[in-house]
Amino acid sequence: MNKADKISSLPSLEALTEDNNTLRLKIKGTLDAYTTGKIWNDSLLALKNTKPKELIVDGAAIDYCDASGIALLVNLQLRQEKSGGSYKVEGLSDETNKLYKLFDPADFKEPGKPDPLYSDNKIEAAGKLSYQVWEEIKIYIVFTGRVTVGLINAILNPHKIRWREVFVTSEKFGANALFIIALVNFLVGLVIAFQSAVPMKAYGAQVFVADLLVIAYFKELGPLMTAFVVNGRSGSAFAAELGTMKVNEELDALDTMGLDPVPFLVIPKVIASLIMLPILTVFGNLFGLIGGLVVMFSLGFTFTTYINQLTTAATFGMLLSGLFKTLFFAVIIAGVGCLAGMRASKGPSAVGDAATKAVVIGIVLMIVVDGVFGVIYYILGI
Amino acid sequence: MEDKIINVIDFTAAYGDNIIIDNINFDVYNGEKFVILGGSGCGKSTLLKHMIGLYRPAKGSILIEGEDITKAEGMERIEILKNIGVSYQSGALFGSMTVLENVMLPIEQYTDLSKESIDLIARMKLNLVGLTGSEEKMPSELSGGMIKRAALARAMALDPDMLFLDEPSAGLDPITSAELDQLIIQLSKSLGVTFVIVTHELNSIYNIADRVIMLDKDTKGIIASGEPEYLRDNSEIPIVQKFFKRQTDEQLGG
Repeated sequence: MNKADKISSLPSLEALTEDNNTLRLKIKGTLDAYTTGKIWNDSLLALKNTKPKELIVDGAAIDYCDASGIALLVNLQLRQEKSGGSYKVEGLSDETNKLYKLFDPADFKEPGKPDPLYSDNKIEAAGKLSYQVWEEIKIYIVFTGRVTVGLINAILNPHKIRWREVFVTSEKFGANALFIIALVNFLVGLVIAFQSAVPMKAYGAQVFVADLLVIAYFKELGPLMTAFVVNGRSGSAFAAELGTMKVNEELDALDTMGLDPVPFLVIPKVIASLIMLPILTVFGNLFGLIGGLVVMFSLGFTFTTYINQLTTAATFGMLLSGLFKTLFFAVIIAGVGCLAGMRASKGPSAVGDAATKAVVIGIVLMIVVDGVFGVIYYILGI
Repeated sequence: MEDKIINVIDFTAAYGDNIIIDNINFDVYNGEKFVILGGSGCGKSTLLKHMIGLYRPAKGSILIEGEDITKAEGMERIEILKNIGVSYQSGALFGSMTVLENVMLPIEQYTDLSKESIDLIARMKLNLVGLTGSEEKMPSELSGGMIKRAALARAMALDPDMLFLDEPSAGLDPITSAELDQLIIQLSKSLGVTFVIVTHELNSIYNIADRVIMLDKDTKGIIASGEPEYLRDNSEIPIVQKFFKRQTDEQLGG
């Protein structure tokens, strides 16, 4: 009978022990994807408890059987043969028998366990990890060199640069990011000002919130916050763009045309970042200070007082020292983004992984560079 | 037509310790349409990528017009690459440029011609492949067949001596595939270009190939070499028979 004709009946199992250590499992009813589960565990349990020398599955009373039922029969056979016993199936209808013959249980033996990914030996694992990290670092060092050479060539031969690409990227990287930069920095400025106003109240020093904000913003917060937002926005976009080109064999096509992807693809993006990030940082600083202004208003200070405090506390040197850092951040954002994309692997998650890597490594490198600058500026007394 | 333009000598390809192709030797004659075929996973695309200089082999050399592409670096390598055109399995058109700009790119990079001349040459190439009218389209606006044609036009931009095509019919319907075959035959006749094509489409193979080599996954080498019709009718190796007659074990009666 076919599926349309059958009246589904729940299967039942009868386990009979016979002489000569033989177990006969009589299965009655329907064995399909929805019903086989009812007797699956019971049949395995019967086999386990009896441990017979011979197992006979009596299928004469099975009225319908599909691949799920066959899976049960195959499973019983594999287990029985694994423990060294013999196995026989009787009474299957012609249709069920045809289906049964399609599967050779030998194909379904348990596969050998694969080698573990990481060695149990902790020292060996640590060694392997260090080696991998070192290989990564080497790749970054080489890439930094290629980008540096590319930038020097760009300065020496400006007519060779793809300026259209630079302008398109500048718009995406810079102009289109203005709103989010303004918003994030406004809120950060607001929060910093507010949080510092609270403890300062005890000393009656709330007017100096303005000083604190402008110094912190020009030197650290403005460049970092802006760079982080842009990294998440554009660094990941660069990684996705180049990652997609990698998956699409476009990078291979460039290679076989004798075109180096660094000057062709990466340098225009680096140039766009170098132009746009300092400008965005200036805007970021402005909106950070506007956020502070809102807090100062709420504390009862006037606009004039705020401006006075700002102009007294801040120096041009502070602003420049912050903006100088953004040049390095710009190269990190564009470089790391492009490199992550160029190293994308194959498969559907490759581009996403590249974008994630770009953002994470970008953040880490920027914080490290910021730290280094902090030390340098301290030593130089800036 | 009889001189050999490509020589593959003692070539072994491997990913790390995993050997894909083991010590093969073959030549491609000037002007012929040479097909590399085999079952899935036998390494034919890998072989092609080595021949165009994308990968370095574990052992052996590949001479393109007498120059070893596996050892060339810098300007030497670029000189060799100028004489070959490549069309990739996915087309690999640059998504941010129009079709015309894609074809113009290699010409801009390697020649000192004026923008007008480059524009005209590129349009002529697109005309050769039947894409006149699609010059300003972006690759995302093209159908599968059009992408393959545009990729072919770009590969021919510098009038190279050799064209390497990786699965040109992949993903195409039978009619478009046949049209592409005809285009390849026409280009071979009129321009005398040497073609090296990786494919496993039997119809294309019978239509196009002057000579074929068949790679085999198990032996990691060349299991058959010669004219396709000859191999179909005379080969005694079962796997070759199965391939050329497109039959399974049961159909062959063996």
